Amino acid sequence: MSERVLCAILTDPSRAAHLTTDQWTSVLTIAHAERLAGSLAHRLSGLVLPLTVQSVLDAARLNAEAGRAHALWELEMARRALAPLGCPIVVLKGSAFVAAGLAAGQGRLIGDLDILVPRSRLDDAEAALLAAGWEWAKPNAYDDMYYRRWMHELPPLIHKTRDRMIDVHHTILPLTARPRPDAEALISNAVVLEGSVSILSPADMIIHAAAHLFADGELDGGLRNLWDIDRLVREFDQGNAFWDSLNQRAALHHLNSAVDRALRLAQVLYDTPVRTRVRRKWTDALFRARLLARNGWGQNTRRPLRFAFYIRSHLLRMPPLLLIRHLWIKAFGK
Amino acid sequence: MMFATTMRVGPIGFRIGSDWSAPIAGLEALYRDYQKPDDGIPHFTVRLEATRFWRRFIRPSVQIAGDHTLPEALPLPLAQAVLAAEMAMNLQMALGQRHFLLLHASSVERDGKVIILTGESGSGKSTLAALLGEAGWRLLGDEFALIEPATGLAWPFPRPISLKNDSIAVMEAQVGAERFGIRICGTPKGDIRHLIPNVTALKGMDTPAQPALILFPRFGAPRAVRDVQPSEVFIRLTQASTNYVALAEPGYTALTRLVTQTSARAIDYPDTASGLALVEQLWAELA
Repeated sequence: MSERVLCAILTDPSRAAHLTTDQWTSVLTIAHAERLAGSLAHRLSGLVLPLTVQSVLDAARLNAEAGRAHALWELEMARRALAPLGCPIVVLKGSAFVAAGLAAGQGRLIGDLDILVPRSRLDDAEAALLAAGWEWAKPNAYDDMYYRRWMHELPPLIHKTRDRMIDVHHTILPLTARPRPDAEALISNAVVLEGSVSILSPADMIIHAAAHLFADGELDGGLRNLWDIDRLVREFDQGNAFWDSLNQRAALHHLNSAVDRALRLAQVLYDTPVRTRVRRKWTDALFRARLLARNGWGQNTRRPLRFAFYIRSHLLRMPPLLLIRHLWIKAFGK
Repeated sequence: MMFATTMRVGPIGFRIGSDWSAPIAGLEALYRDYQKPDDGIPHFTVRLEATRFWRRFIRPSVQIAGDHTLPEALPLPLAQAVLAAEMAMNLQMALGQRHFLLLHASSVERDGKVIILTGESGSGKSTLAALLGEAGWRLLGDEFALIEPATGLAWPFPRPISLKNDSIAVMEAQVGAERFGIRICGTPKGDIRHLIPNVTALKGMDTPAQPALILFPRFGAPRAVRDVQPSEVFIRLTQASTNYVALAEPGYTALTRLVTQTSARAIDYPDTASGLALVEQLWAELA
């Protein structure tokens, strides 16, 4: 119930005027649990709010601003370390939103730094980062092999003094997943920002967000990822050319179904304007229920559904036999 | 959640939910004379949860959670749930507070001026503050001093004082049983018993005051007083602050003002009586 209230006031801040004190209490807690407190603070800025709500949202906004400064600094550190490679460095997700000054970055919390480099330069990028003070965060032989053989990114690296993580991707989905996005096309279409790092083209950025949400994980933090998609669509939608390119690029990356799913659910939860034909599917109700699986205390609810999506995330990531082998090694270490 | 309570400590409102009734009853006893959160909306939500559903009943163990959490918080036995709640409330402040510079310190006020006592666990800052609170001073808090960046004022945060081990008997000798919580034995920090602040502290919890003296107490050493240079005070307070880095420039400005406008002493004292005498003596020299 309260998650829907959160979605409603993110979508239409004027509805915040009608919230009861109990609804506010739940909404603030859920916003923190979904890592949307900074985004909510940004959306409601300028409105007259109960003093405590104002105070909590001010703190969330300050927190997001400090996080933004850290993220930009970390990006600059990586840029300097990787500059000698002379290859494109495409920054992804939250760091890209703030680097490019996109609406999706306003108030957004940013965790790790995610970058994409050409697969042929992966070894060089790793060597350059290790030389500049990053270290492997998971020094376990199986994990290391697993990442290098099956994943779309290097094993995570962490900087030894700044304690910040970097994920170096060479594509946007695990190699074991069924869709095979065209990584070269992602890089060749990327947009160079002033100062030499790049971001994905508008269509690819939305496709990546949709792939991350619906073709990879178990939808944890999905409300925030879907909010990213809503903000990106609203910012990039300049008419038919945008929707055509979104459809074409989604087809190129074999990600139409993830993108369509993202658009439908964003429309349901955030009233996102969708000006292309997306056919509804009965499974959307399950996804919607999974995205809204939290109560007013911030606790996870709908455990069976969560578990089903957890299984799904593994099946998406790898074929069943490989999955069994992976889980066996994880459980018994052999 | 099945059981819940709310309270306001100084400027901060809390909501605490629990899978069990006993922790809420314990908290409601400790916080019986506190106000409820302003507007009916708490700043922070805290949860005391069973690690698994069946762990509500069998070897019940309390996992803390809330708006702001650390990934590796260890569960505590249900008998220590009130302590778990206190840790969870501290965590909300340490990780989520952005309106005050937070110093891990106790603080007391007299004549509109505040002494901040800071030091590591075992330095005696809680005990000294508890004793001063019964000896004509107003207790502002034993855990966090809240420095408001815009004004430099110290705001009260007078939670029940968490007395540990030997200091429990020291305070039991001074204060009636009605102001104590139950004794919690065998915690990671030994025995703990909470002391409810007196009426002066609770009535005054909305009144901030100007810091005038910073003390670095050390219990158990021969009596000694040492001036502490502002540079050293600054560094020690950055270490005592849970949100100095997160506050960025306002934190730096607030701390610089506090350090340059407040004198500081390191005091060593062999027992609580000489500790109290030292504090009173330094206070008199200040005036």
